[in-house]
Amino acid sequence: MSAGTKEREPLFSAKNMKLIKTPINLSNPITVQVLGICSALAVTAKLKPAIVLTLSVIVVMAVSNVVISLLRNGLPPRIRIIVQLVVIASMVILVDQVLKAFVYDVSKQLSVFVGLIITNCIIMGRLEAFAMGNKPWPAFLDGIGNALGYGIILIIVAFFRELLGSGTLFDVQVIPQAFYDFGYKNNGFVILSPMALIVVGVIIWVQRFYTRELIEDN
Amino acid sequence: MQEIFNIFIRSIFIDNMVFAYFLGMCSYLAVSKTVPTSVGLGLAVIFVLGITVPVDYLLNEFVLKPGAMAWLSSDFADVDLSFLSFVLFIAIIASMVQLVEMIIEKFSPSLYASLGIFLPLIAVNCAILGGSLFMQQREYQSLAQATSFGLGSGVGWFLAIVGIAAIREKIRYSNVPPALRGLGITFIITGLMGIAFMSFLGITI
Repeated sequence: MSAGTKEREPLFSAKNMKLIKTPINLSNPITVQVLGICSALAVTAKLKPAIVLTLSVIVVMAVSNVVISLLRNGLPPRIRIIVQLVVIASMVILVDQVLKAFVYDVSKQLSVFVGLIITNCIIMGRLEAFAMGNKPWPAFLDGIGNALGYGIILIIVAFFRELLGSGTLFDVQVIPQAFYDFGYKNNGFVILSPMALIVVGVIIWVQRFYTRELIEDN
Repeated sequence: MQEIFNIFIRSIFIDNMVFAYFLGMCSYLAVSKTVPTSVGLGLAVIFVLGITVPVDYLLNEFVLKPGAMAWLSSDFADVDLSFLSFVLFIAIIASMVQLVEMIIEKFSPSLYASLGIFLPLIAVNCAILGGSLFMQQREYQSLAQATSFGLGSGVGWFLAIVGIAAIREKIRYSNVPPALRGLGITFIITGLMGIAFMSFLGITI
């Protein structure tokens, strides 16, 4: 990475770093902005697909944020939604083809959820709210930050679900065999889809318990 | 005929969009504060799913599938355009939503006013694109099957959002721990509803 010398503010100024940091906790896409939940929950039964989906979302968000930010001055407002959808959809096609080529088994597990990145509201939301009004570099950081905030929740949920449900992490057994001999059983219930919602509910609970300003009135 | 009915029931209860696949969660959580608005959004979703899934089925059958272009001429018999399906499906959905919006505005201004912002939002509702993608993945055999799948998924989504809206209206009067209020409790209730819906799993028709 070569640091530019002509910029009026340094590339990683405090203001720019904030773009990455706030989405991870204070304005987390999933637990605070309530965006992008659709795909977040279904792929979290195991860690590996969760991480692959996180990486895909990071790529799609960063690139489409930059592209829309570059186009923002020449884009007629009436057709912006279509243009945004086309940009996102083409990025998702690229990611989908790469996944199919290099990690075919994970791509099979993710099934329709790679395609559903297109309608992941967090991407559209950030394009509308941020990339349309900011320069490419902040837009890039904002994309990375929000995708990371999204990914962190995904990975936490997947960690607990795989640990409790299968006793493994990345398909490697972590709960010692002695436990099983002693009578410990994997909780198969955690693998089932409704438990993802409850795990996220608990994450929100813990986060709001420590970050009081996020508590809702009703 | 029985097969079609079977797909319809399956997609409402067993493969429910919200509880089994978490599709359309964003609008599900955002719009479920009161029952009347969620009924409006639910109806709009049924309507749009019932149109887009069959249209995307035809598109998939005659343009996108490997060898689907054979009806044009034998030169195209081994063309595989399936990598284009994301872009084309989302384009169909966006234009259908636009069309539905114009039709409703023309013929039922009161419904249009009550749906308001939700109609355009349906274009980015994951349940709609998800419906088309599942239709492609499950390889339904006929247009009727695809239509009944689309309508059934819509009805399932409608039931889910009306259910949660009713529960949220009641829960306003209960004493929820402060940190869990609003979003947190909604997630947990949805989880419990999902567990309840799982009891339909054993049904065979």
